[in-house]
Parts: sequence; C-alpha cells; structure tokens
Amino acid sequence: MDWNAFLDGFGVVTQPTNLLYCLIGVLIGMLIGVLPGLGPAATMAILLPIAYNADDPISAIIMLAGIYYGAQYGGTITSVLLRIPGEASSVVTVFDGFALAKQGKAGTALGIAAIGSFFGATVSIIGLTLLGPIVAGYALQFGPPEYAALALLGVLLVATVGNGHTVKALVAAAVGLLLATVGSDSFTSANRFTFDTLQLQAGIDFVVVAMGLFGVGEILYNLEERHGKPHVPAAIANIWPSRKDLKQASPAIGRGSVIGFFLGVLPGGGAVMASLAAYAAEKRIAKDPSRFGRGAIEGVAGPESANNAAATSSFIPLLTIGIPANASMAMLFAALLVVGVTPGPQLIDENPDLFWGVINSMYIGNLILLILSIPLVGVFVKILRVRPAILAPITALITILGVYTINNSVFDIFVMIVFGIVGYLMKKTGFEPGPLVLAFVLGSLMESSFRRSMLIFEGDPTGFVTRPISGTILAFILLVLALPLIRLAFRRRSPETTPDHPPIDQTERIDQEGGRR
Amino acid sequence: MTTREPETDRTDEPDILAELQAEVARELADERPPAGGPAYQLVSAAVVLVLGIGAAVLAHGYGLGSLRRPGPGLWPFAVSLVIVLLAIVLLVIGRTLDDAEKFTRSSFLVLAGGATFVGLGLLLPTIGFEIPALALCVVWLRFLGGESWRSTIVISLCTTAAFYLLFLYALKIPLPHLLAF
Repeated sequence: MDWNAFLDGFGVVTQPTNLLYCLIGVLIGMLIGVLPGLGPAATMAILLPIAYNADDPISAIIMLAGIYYGAQYGGTITSVLLRIPGEASSVVTVFDGFALAKQGKAGTALGIAAIGSFFGATVSIIGLTLLGPIVAGYALQFGPPEYAALALLGVLLVATVGNGHTVKALVAAAVGLLLATVGSDSFTSANRFTFDTLQLQAGIDFVVVAMGLFGVGEILYNLEERHGKPHVPAAIANIWPSRKDLKQASPAIGRGSVIGFFLGVLPGGGAVMASLAAYAAEKRIAKDPSRFGRGAIEGVAGPESANNAAATSSFIPLLTIGIPANASMAMLFAALLVVGVTPGPQLIDENPDLFWGVINSMYIGNLILLILSIPLVGVFVKILRVRPAILAPITALITILGVYTINNSVFDIFVMIVFGIVGYLMKKTGFEPGPLVLAFVLGSLMESSFRRSMLIFEGDPTGFVTRPISGTILAFILLVLALPLIRLAFRRRSPETTPDHPPIDQTERIDQEGGRR
Repeated sequence: MTTREPETDRTDEPDILAELQAEVARELADERPPAGGPAYQLVSAAVVLVLGIGAAVLAHGYGLGSLRRPGPGLWPFAVSLVIVLLAIVLLVIGRTLDDAEKFTRSSFLVLAGGATFVGLGLLLPTIGFEIPALALCVVWLRFLGGESWRSTIVISLCTTAAFYLLFLYALKIPLPHLLAF
C-alpha cells in the first residue's frame, strides 16, 4: 500500500473547503435519515447537479459520500424516539430502541447506537483502507469477460437479494438495461430507440433518470402518502450510556461491525440486510433471547454497528472494481462519471487524491457524526416538528431547478418528470426503482463488455465459462439463482413453517435505499 | 405495535432471520395504504409485456448480426426477450401478489403535483423561474399541503428568494430569471 498517498489523502480532506463539504454532507445525511420520506439515494440524486457545478469535484464526492453514511446515523433517532425508522436499515432498531425509550432510556439507546455506528464504520474504513488497494490490484487483471460477468452478478444480486418481489426486481433491472441502450450505439453509431429525436442521440442522462425515479418519484409518492404529524417527545434524558451498558453492548458492536463489513461488500447485501443479520445473530447467541424486543441493548448495538459498517464497506466494490453495490453507490458512480472520473481499479493510481481523499473523509466524517449525533438530538427532534407540507415544495424546487442547471435544458426537465411519474407508478405497483437505476448505470459496461468478449471469443459464448475468473463469477451467479429454490425445498420439508412464521417473500416492502414505505 | 410470539426452544426456531424479516414486514405494513387487487398486477404485467414486445420489434429492426459480430440490435433484442419472459411470469403469478397499492382519492394530489412540475418546465424559459416557483410553492403549501394563507405567503416568498440567491449568486448558475439586481 502506498502510505504516502494515504497520508496525502488526509491533506486533501483537511483543506477547509473539503472539511466544510464533509460537514455539510453528514449533516444533510443525518437530516434526511431523521426525516422519513426521501432516502439517501433520492437526496444524492437531487444534489447531483452540485457535482456538475462544484469547483472541486473531490469536495462534491466527499459531500455525497457523507450524505450516504450520515443517513445511517440519522435513521436511528426516529426509530428510537418515535418507532418510525427514518431509514430502512434502522427498522430493526425499532424493536429494542423504542422499548428502551418507553423505559426512559432513549438517551442510552441513542448513545449506544452512536458509539456502535462509529465503531462499525471505523472498522469498515480500516478494512477499506487496507483491502481497497489489494482488490484494485487484483481487478487490474479483469478483461471484458470478467467485467460482463461481474456486471451481471451486480445486477442479479441487487435484484434477487434486494427488496421487492424478485421477478419484479428483475423486470426493473431488465428495463434499466434496455434504457441504457437508448442513443447512438458506440460500436456502429446506429441510433437505437431515439425515435428521430436529436436530444436522445447521446442517450438518456443518468442523472436525469435518477433524479426522476428517485427524486420526483419519491416527492410524488410522499405527496400522496403524507403521514400525520408524529408525536415528538419534549425532551430526552440520560443521554450518555453507563459503563454497564457499554460493557454489555461491546461484544454486539464488535460482531455487528464484522457482519456489516462483509455483507456491505456484497452487491445487494447492503445496510438493510446487515442490520437484520446482526440482530438475528445477537438473538441467536443470547443467553436469554426473550429480552429481545423488550429493551435489549444488544438489539440496538448490533444492528446499528452493522448498518454503518455495511454502508462504508459498500464503497469497496465501487472504488476498486467500478461496480456499485446498491442504488446509493450507483448515485456516487454517476457523480464520479459527471466529474470525469471512471471508478474502477485504475482510480487508485490515476486519481489518488480523490480515492484517498474520499476514504479518509470517512474517518473524519464519522468522527464528526459521533461528536454531533448526541448533542444534536434535540435539534433533530425540533426538525421533526416541521411539517412535511413545508418541506415538499422546497424539495420539488431543488429538483426541477437542479436538473435544469445540468445542461440548461428544458428537455431534461420533461424527461425527469416522465421518469418521476414512472417512478411513482413503479412504487405503487410494487416495482422497486433501485434495480432499474443500478442496471441502467451498469448497462453500457455490460453491453460493451459482452460484445467485446464475443469478438475475443470469436462468437463462442463458452469462453465465459472457461476463463477462471469469469467462470467462477458465473458459477456464483448460478448458486445465487439456485439458492432461493434450495431454501424453499428445505422449508417445505420443515414442519416449523406456520402462519406465525410467514415465508421470507412477505418481507418485501423494505425499501433498500428509500426509507420506509 | 409489535406483537411477539412466545419464545420457543432455540433449536425449534426455523430461521430467526426469516422471522425477523416477517416482523419487519408487519411493522411496515401498518403504514401502508390499502393493497391493490389482482387487476393492478395484471395491468402492470401487461404494460411490461407490451414494452418488451415493442422493444424487441424495434431492436430486431436495428440488425441482430451474429454472435461473432454482434449487431446494434442484438443486445437490446436479448434484453427485450428477457422482459417479455418475465412479463409472462408476472401475468401467471401476479394474482398471488399483494405488493401493489390502491389508487385512492389522494392520488389526485399526485396529478396536481405533477401538473405544477410541467407548468414550471413550460414557463421557466419564457418568464424566468421566480413567478412559476412562487406559484408552485403556493399550490403545494396551500392546496396540497393545507397550510394557512399566512404561512403559505411567507414560506413561498422566502423559498423563492432563497433559491434566487442560491442559484444566481452563490452557485452563479445562469437560471432564466425575471428580476435582475
């Protein structure tokens, strides 16, 4: 590892402008984590135009990254205080966090969550620092067949491991791949799906699609589903956890951090799956599992460490291989492309300032979050009193004016509105926009890698299987596809499946990136 | 809120993760509007099917080429076929799903909200952003959000002024505008 470049990265982050962007990013992240409705992906989509207009692209990326991991902190606050998870990854925190709050220990829960989040994220950043260059070095050996297989794996995992019904998620992903083909074909220059429209010849701008599906779609969805004003508690006592609480929570924080790190690296795993797995692990190994759901501190510590660890480790596939693991990472992928940087194994050598600047900003961002999260609880509780009706037009205006500023194009506004309506209808009919956006961003890479591979293999598709790396990835894809069938077969043989234990498919409303439905 | 089943011997628990996920689903289900029926599923599957068939026909027209020399239509044609296949699966299994949400009277709010977006898009290049932005705020705050006239006027004016300063002065973006200072 190049330690000089690593240290230079701290030099980049500690520049006042970048520190300010980092602070703004984590504060916005916490804020949207607190406010149910817009998730980090939507917020990043809405703020993507800033990446276009920022003087220093590194600052913009640092801010967008801060939004993502900051949201994991913010989601906890409403889970504990109001039984409303601001983020989907904080849903399990509701079980014990709210129970603790009812016992007058809201401060303890929030304190443990903040410490666990910081520890989990820090473990992951250290992992990212040490493993990132190794993975990137290994990925340099990848050719078109490996990239085609990897992109397919990314899309499939997000569709099958993510949320929503699998077939619907696959439909969304396939539509995303199709949309990525709109415009002039880069191999033959033939126009595809442009309907003789000049503006579509360069393809559909990813930022416009993302802002439409996530931004406008969410805004319209929230307009219809606007919930009543939550009952916000007046004050929170006992803000710091006791030594006994810390001792009890420490092993759970350690386990949650490790679980989160590994699940975050996997495409589709993400913070939601990590928090669920960490909670399940704590309940499984507890001496008295009946405490869970009644205010077990491990039930807050484990998932909160895990979701932050996962959020951070999901940067690994993006920054080292160039494959985003979830919809928020797809936003960051787009932001990097916008500023002229292609994420992938070359990033560490070609843009060390950006690579190490973004990674090292997370050390500082998480420290800022730890320091601010407890003192700011009171402020966020006050913000919760702001009615959604007031926030909605402000978000709507940011979105419309923001998309216009990308190309000074009214056409972009209308494309965004179309995708906004599509996004709203998708949410209404049970199709998640996440797989569509992710497949859209990976579509060009997948097609070009596939076509290049076929040229290399002289038309023989078995070439994908005979190459060791792409063959292994394809075998893994087969395993992923077969796994639900295997689980289903095992469950049918198990007499324990009763109506009280509904099958896993009924869980499908957790919105991976967009918060509560 | 959460109703918990009596704890069983740990060896009897089939899958804590699955149980947890089901519990999470129940938590979130409390917040959901009424589910749409099979018609919602069938219509959405039919729309996907039409999209897939249409795209396949167009892609075929671009030229498929061969695996040795793929044409511009090969990849989109293959993707379209996948969409068609998945749409057929959805048509078959769609009746069993309950993940669609019913359109209610409040869905009309979405139409109104969408109309304000279109209005702003149409008016922005001709009369600048100030009046359309102000109008959008008024519609969203007063008519869609039920705010009082007083807070509607104050918030609309402040929001429009803040955006004016942010875009034109802080970010120096040449947004079409009526007023020049």
